Amino acid sequence: MTVDLAIVGAGPAGMAAATLAAELGLETVLIDEQDGPGGQIYRGIERASAQRNDPSPLGRDYLAGRPLAAALGASGVDYRAATTLWHIDPEGTLWLAAQNRSDTIAARRILLATGAIERPVPIPGWTLPGVMTAGAAQILLKTADLVPEGRAVLAGQGPLLYLAALQLARAGEPPLALLETTSPGNYVAAMRHLGSLWAGCRAAAKGLALIAGVRRAGIPIRRGVRGLRAVGRTRFEHVVWDGGALDAEHLLLHEGVIPNTQIGLALQLVHEWDAAQLSWQPKIDEWGRTSLPNIAVAGDGGGIFGAEAAVLSGRLAALDAAAALGRLDDAERDRHARPIRAALARDRAIRPFLDALYRPSPSVLVPPDDDTIACRCEEVSVGRIRHAVQLGAPGPNQLKAFTRCGMGPCQGRICGPIVSAVIAEARGVPIAEIGNYRPRAPYKPITVGALAGIGVDPTDQAC
Amino acid sequence: MFRPRPDGPAATIAVEVEGRTVRVPAGASAAAAVLLAGLPSIRETPVTGSGRAPYCMMGICFDCLAEINGVPNRQSCMIAARPGMRIRRQYGAREIAPNDASDHLPFFPLPEPRSGGA
Repeated sequence: MTVDLAIVGAGPAGMAAATLAAELGLETVLIDEQDGPGGQIYRGIERASAQRNDPSPLGRDYLAGRPLAAALGASGVDYRAATTLWHIDPEGTLWLAAQNRSDTIAARRILLATGAIERPVPIPGWTLPGVMTAGAAQILLKTADLVPEGRAVLAGQGPLLYLAALQLARAGEPPLALLETTSPGNYVAAMRHLGSLWAGCRAAAKGLALIAGVRRAGIPIRRGVRGLRAVGRTRFEHVVWDGGALDAEHLLLHEGVIPNTQIGLALQLVHEWDAAQLSWQPKIDEWGRTSLPNIAVAGDGGGIFGAEAAVLSGRLAALDAAAALGRLDDAERDRHARPIRAALARDRAIRPFLDALYRPSPSVLVPPDDDTIACRCEEVSVGRIRHAVQLGAPGPNQLKAFTRCGMGPCQGRICGPIVSAVIAEARGVPIAEIGNYRPRAPYKPITVGALAGIGVDPTDQAC
Repeated sequence: MFRPRPDGPAATIAVEVEGRTVRVPAGASAAAAVLLAGLPSIRETPVTGSGRAPYCMMGICFDCLAEINGVPNRQSCMIAARPGMRIRRQYGAREIAPNDASDHLPFFPLPEPRSGGA
């Protein structure tokens, strides 16, 4: 089967791109691992739609995902839910697995809308049960209406941390405390972007309302927290920081989000280190075009700008795909793109301010303590990485042979950013020069049975 | 340990977590069922045997690997809870039973486990 456009990821960028592409006459397939559309930000959005009379603790911004999902549903897009993409070859074949069967789709163009992941927060004790990301707690609330039982402490920084605190309070389980790690110097640095604050005044007002909401909910906020540690024997028991400690059952960590680059790195798209967002990002142009001619990126996977910007960048990528396939001429594409670009500029205006304000401290990128685990899967400590560098491991891929770091089931998704930063520091060279792991297929585990069944007709009993 | 929020939807799907019946609302993942069941951890790591629980809930960290309906190494946060689903903790590396059906062999780009296993 050959389609015009295959889109990977049904978050805001993927939903918007697929809907517009179908409208423009492209035969479009949208692949997503989740049961329903929405990505992480609008996770479980169709479930929320079904409970229309319930005052959701998730808030109004979350419900902005409803019309996107509804438009996708009405679009005629071939939407493949609960489908795992485990390989793409650069010529345009996508290898999928669903219900323990594997299948391929050939696509003239591919749009990666793989969104963001939470930045790893490697503190001592972060592997203990009871420690999870703030986003994980949000997902449990979005998908299953579950809240942490007992005392929960939120620690880190960024808009999502405040939002999660407020959502948990609305859901009847206000966190015990919010430990904010924003360093005082960040406020000064952020003030240099006052212009962006003014241009992004709508987003800024939302942020202020969020913080006011957390205060109104009576959640104590402790500022300038440093030296976070999770302590416990077999489970998390208390959180300790320089000058304080709290007993709790849950520690929810968050230091912002970074692009999910796993598939792009496997495709060997050109990636660059973004010094403002402190993350690796695929090199893309104003349409989301990457270093491969048939592959584009839209949404937070191409740089963190939030859900509304993701919708707009998804639409731009759909317009460009239609033009590349001859369904629109360039002038038409540009005409349709103009208002989208204007809205995108407004949406992105606040970002330099937020990037400066919530810039993670150096200890988030490079854990100072040698005993801190960097690779959760293979349980490789930061000290072992430093030692391997002394022995001559120059980069992340060589480090694998020295330590097995990055060779566990997550395939370096979590430790990748930590490893690059620790090696850079140990060698005294910029992260940009260190590079990344080179992930390989299968991107996600598939069974031997699914592999063996490729190309086999399931109705043919003879085999 | 997690609990349903007050005023949340009814828990209608019955799954088995370590042999105990747990009811979860529609939309919950197998990992959510484990957290609701209150297990101290979902697996023990192959390297040091330390306990782990779901960390990211979005298919990134693989700390929620568990045995689901007899198949080990499943990403439980990515699998929707279904009526009658059997979810069990996983100890160390997955074991491959000698006569297991090839359909159920989980495939990782990993060498064989260092201890135990097949």
